[in-house]
This record gives sequence, C-alpha cells and structure tokens, in this order.
Amino acid sequence: MTDDDDTRPHMPLGLAQRGYTGVIQHLSAKGTGSALPDIELESRLIELGFVEGARVEILHEGIVGRDPIAVRVDNITIAVRRREAMAIIVA
Amino acid sequence: MEAPLLHLALVGTPNSGKTSLFNALTGSRQKVANYPGVTVERKEGFFVTPLGRQVSVVDLPGTYSLRGRSPDEEITRDFVLGKASGERMPDLVLCVADSTNLRLTIRLLLELKRTGRPLILVLNMFDIASRRGITVDVERLARELGVPVVTSIAVRKGGTTELLKLTDEISAKLDPEPQENTWRALSVAELRATQREADRIIADCVSLPSRPDTWTARIDAVVLHPVGGLLVLALILFVMFQAVFAWAQPLMELLNSGFDALGELVHDTLPAGLLQSFLQNGVISGVGSVTVFLPQIIIIFLFILLLEDFGYMARAAFLMDRIMGGAGLHGRAFIPLLSSFACAIPGIMATRVIDNKRDRLTTILIAPLMTCSARIPVYTLIISAFIPARDVWGFINLQGLVMFGLYATGIVSALLVSFLIKFFMLRDYAPAPFMLELPDYKMPRPKSIAIGIFTRAKMFLQRAGTTIFSMMVLIWFLASFPQPPAGATEPAIDFSLAAIIGKAIAPLLAPVGFNWQIAVALIPGMAAREVAVAALGTVYAIEGGKEAAEQIGQALATKWSLATALSLLAWYIFAPQCASTLAVIRRETGSWIWMATTFAYMLVLAYAASLLTYNVAVALGAG
Repeated sequence: MTDDDDTRPHMPLGLAQRGYTGVIQHLSAKGTGSALPDIELESRLIELGFVEGARVEILHEGIVGRDPIAVRVDNITIAVRRREAMAIIVA
Repeated sequence: MEAPLLHLALVGTPNSGKTSLFNALTGSRQKVANYPGVTVERKEGFFVTPLGRQVSVVDLPGTYSLRGRSPDEEITRDFVLGKASGERMPDLVLCVADSTNLRLTIRLLLELKRTGRPLILVLNMFDIASRRGITVDVERLARELGVPVVTSIAVRKGGTTELLKLTDEISAKLDPEPQENTWRALSVAELRATQREADRIIADCVSLPSRPDTWTARIDAVVLHPVGGLLVLALILFVMFQAVFAWAQPLMELLNSGFDALGELVHDTLPAGLLQSFLQNGVISGVGSVTVFLPQIIIIFLFILLLEDFGYMARAAFLMDRIMGGAGLHGRAFIPLLSSFACAIPGIMATRVIDNKRDRLTTILIAPLMTCSARIPVYTLIISAFIPARDVWGFINLQGLVMFGLYATGIVSALLVSFLIKFFMLRDYAPAPFMLELPDYKMPRPKSIAIGIFTRAKMFLQRAGTTIFSMMVLIWFLASFPQPPAGATEPAIDFSLAAIIGKAIAPLLAPVGFNWQIAVALIPGMAAREVAVAALGTVYAIEGGKEAAEQIGQALATKWSLATALSLLAWYIFAPQCASTLAVIRRETGSWIWMATTFAYMLVLAYAASLLTYNVAVALGAG
C-alpha cells in the first residue's frame, strides 16, 4: 500500500488514464450504463479478479475513445470497456 | 477382473492450458463431436494409466465459474453435476490451473468442491511458474484446500507422470457412493467470500515474485499500442493471406499433377467407355479438384492455431473492439470472423464465445460473407482464366489485386450488413460488455498445433470423400445420361439430363450472364461451393473431351465472355451456396427463420451484385 491510499480521492477506474495505478476500494455496478444487470456485472468482475484490495494498473488503451482498456489486476491482465470499468471504484 | 473405464473430466479457466494437458494425456486418441442439441464441441480422449486402467477424459469448455452464462459454460456445469443429457457423471474431476495465475482457478476449485465430486487440482505450466520465481507449497495447498494437488508440465515429455500416478492411487479408492452435491449458484456476496478465501489460501501457500512476465509486457508495448498494434495486426493478416496464396502454390501444383497422372493412368489402362469416363471425369477429376485445396486450408488453420496458442487472438479482439463496434459488432466477433476466412462453419461455431444473443446473431449472419477457403477454387480458376497476369502501377500483380478486391468486397459488405442489422432490426442496441483475459504469451506447442491441424485436415478430407464425392457422382451421371443417339454430331452432353436441367434454369440466370453450364454447376455447388469448379470441369470435360478437362481454365476463356466471368465472381462473393453452413446456422440459432433469412438475403445480394456487374461489364464492352 502506498502511503497516500487513504487520502487519494475515490474514482471509477473507467475514468483513469493510461499508467494509472491504484487499489480497488469497492464495486458499484449501479448506473454504469452497462448492458448487464447490476448483479451480473458485479459477479463477472469478481470472477475476473476485480475484488476489494486488488492492485490495478492501466497498461493499454484502445485507439477509438481510449477504449477498451487493458488492466493489470494483481498478476493477470484483463481487457474491459470503460463503461464496465465505471463499476470499479479505485483510489 | 478388468476395472471399468474410468471417466475423467477436465475443468479450468480459459487459458489454463487445459487443452494442452488433454493433448498430452491422450495424444491423437481423440474423438471430437457435439453435445446433443447444442453445437458445443465435445472433446473426448482415451489413455491407459501406468497401472493399466483404461481412462476416458473429456475436455470441458473453459469457465470462470459454474454459473453457466453461455451454452459452453452450461455444458461444463451440467457435465460436472451429471445433469448433461446422455452423459454420465465423471468419476474424477481434474481442475486445471495455470500455475502462474492461481487466483481465479482456486476460486473455481472452491466452487467445484461443493459439487461433491472427487477432485484433483493440477498445477499446470509449473515450469513457467518456477522460472518466474513463483514457489508453491504444494503440500500445504493440498491440506488447506482439502483436495489432492499435483504439478504438471503438459508440454514436456514425462510432465504428466505425477498426475498419472495420482490418478491411479485415487481411482483405486474411489468411493462408489457419490457425495452429496451442495452446489447452487453463488450470490455476489458468496462469490466475493469465495474469492477472499482463495486469496487467503494463496497468500499462505504461494510466494509471488514482484517481477511480472517481462516478455509479455515488452511484446504488448508494441502489439497493444493504439497505432503500432493495428499496423502489426494488418501485417499479420497480410502475411497470412500471402502465405495462403503463395506458399500453397507448389504443393497444390504437385497434388494437381498427381491427380492428373492418376486420371491418365485410368484413361490408359481402362478401355474407353462408361467406366473409364466415370473414374476419370467423375471420381478423379471431381474429388481431385477439391482435394488440391488442402494445402491452403492447412496453412490458414496453421496461422489461426498459432495465433491462438501464442495468445495473440485475445489481443486482436482488444484492438478491434471499438473499431468493429462502429459497425455494431462485438470485439469478440473478430476471432469467429477471422476463422470464417478458413470456413464459415468453425467461424459460426466460434461465435459461442460471444455471450450476448444479439451480438452473436449478427456475427452468425455475416460470417458467411467472409471469403471462405471453398471460394478460393472458384476465384482462382476464373481469375487465372480471365485476368491477365500483368503488373499495374509497376509492382502490383493484377490477378492478386482482383483477388484482394473480392476479399475486400466481402468484408465491406459484411460490415454494411451488420450496420443495417444494428440500425433496422435491433434498434434498442446497447453494446454488450467486452471482458476478456489477455493471457501471458506462450510459445506455441508444435504438438498441439499438429493435432489441431490434423483434426481439421481430416474433417476436410472426409467432406471431400463423402459429400463432394457423392455430388460428383451425381453430376457425372446427370452429364452422361441419357447417352446421345447413334450418329449424333453434337457433343454428347447436349443430350444429357444436366443439359435439360441447366437449360430449364438458364432463363432465370440469363440476365446475370450465366449460361446453362454454369446453371448446372451451381446446383451441386449448393452442397459445397468448391464443387462448382469440379462440376464445371466435368460438364466441359464430357462436352469437350480430354483436352478440355486438362485445361478447364482455357476452355472457359474461350466459352465465356469477360462479363460472364466477372458476374460469376460477384455471385460467389455473396452466394449462400453451402448447405453445411446453412445447417450450422440453423443449429446455432436454433431457428429455421434465421437460416432462411441468411439464405434469402445472400441470394438477393448475389443476384443483385451479378446483375450489376454483368450489365456494367457489358456496357463497358466486355460482353
């Protein structure tokens, strides 16, 4: 944990830039605009390793609208669209 | 007493190396079929343990959980629970994990434990993990999980010895009474708790080094670069198509002359007559004209399998996601569409990775527009007969350019159709999520690739031996009977059933410039597109004798106008001429309506494109 984890503002991973690193605070699937129902979105994110406390880093971005993003979650890399990444609250 | 067959099932997350373990265990003793009612590939293999126990092992579709959110994942769940129709419950489940990435598999394993099935956790790719400095306390892991754990290196000889030994030990003391199944779909809270539990166990038993796989990071820096990545993708596709056309040529010529020599041999040994004609014109020239495309099919599958094994396919989907999104396609549709260049059937089957129904349907509907390898014979024949092999602008081969144009037209029309579907039919379209693991790169395993290519080549040859063969016999029969009356001066085929049928349909096709010989060839082409070439060969061979059969291209060049040739090319970009593709569409969509829709829209497009091409060509003086 870096020392500024407690003071950094919480933000959705979907708004973060390439190179961003942080720790997942919680998941909030409400109102992300994803085509998936909230519960389904949350389940899938957990299944891919997006759980509280996991370290994330944005490694790559797509060419159109910087979307999708390739996220390092602990020691695996997951590609998600920014829309779904809005459910991942990081700091 | 002989012990009964032991039934194993392989379960694991995607990219866990499940399939290479399956290949390592069973070698080529594999049987690929479909689960009843769904087109999920059912891969079963057989092997014998060191103690001589006969084992059947089923490679189940990869999944992250037992929730079953796609047909593939439902199969995995039902199979493990013994609820899959016509399947017996496995005696032992091997849960396969990528040792470099245990989090998701340990969570899956905790879920599997609730099913009460006997389990073994297989830590696969253990060599890669060791090389990266990951150490696993295997005994402690087994104790904490309450499940036997074994390491394996599927790609190395002897890498599965431990697993085989453990299988023997466990199968000897399997409880005949199945344990109670306490599994039910997990709630979000339970899911989270299970992942926490998995993470705790991993923290106890596994020490992870801080250094990640630097190779993957280095390659991704180029391959996933917004601009550079697309250039790399374009380059890969270019090399792939170049290989399909250039590298395959010598082999194809070899096969071709082989079949020609065989035909000659039959011609010289047998007395002139029906049998000679049947063997030479019907069987050898018919089946031969299709079999020569085997090298191209092997090369295209070689590329697709290599890219898949390497881990690039997921990257391609990542790069193309938003770009294809503009045409209403999901990023994951890229892989099925790319496979459709080999054949629409595996392409359509590969759409199962798209879990959203509408995205999947759109992809299925446009997959047949990708230029499949069965069209290559038709294109090659017509292009080499009608398009001069000269260079334009100094360096581009005109024949290659036309070929490229045909492929490009197919792709552009597919995107247009997809856009129209999105616009008119699926109005309330909300883009389905794109969530995909980008696995670490791995050296492709020659053995896995070889098995994959072998399976596909076998399927192709079986098709050539059955469907195409029977069609060729039919064509030969139609073109040979009834025999011309004695003393007739016209070519024999003018009296045949084929001529009667062809001439009956010809008026319908006259506006697009097709003659009755083409009409005859289009009918068996319904079974498989490439048969059309063979059928034209047979029709003109019986019409013109041996010389014409040898040089069908030249025969066409003298009998067709350029406008007719171009019109036939345009027809084949769109023509829904493949009964097997239509059958797969029906099975995959579960509906006759979508099959009929595909057939109808492609037929309309084909007729319109040919009509336009023919008339423009005639107006420009090519009639």
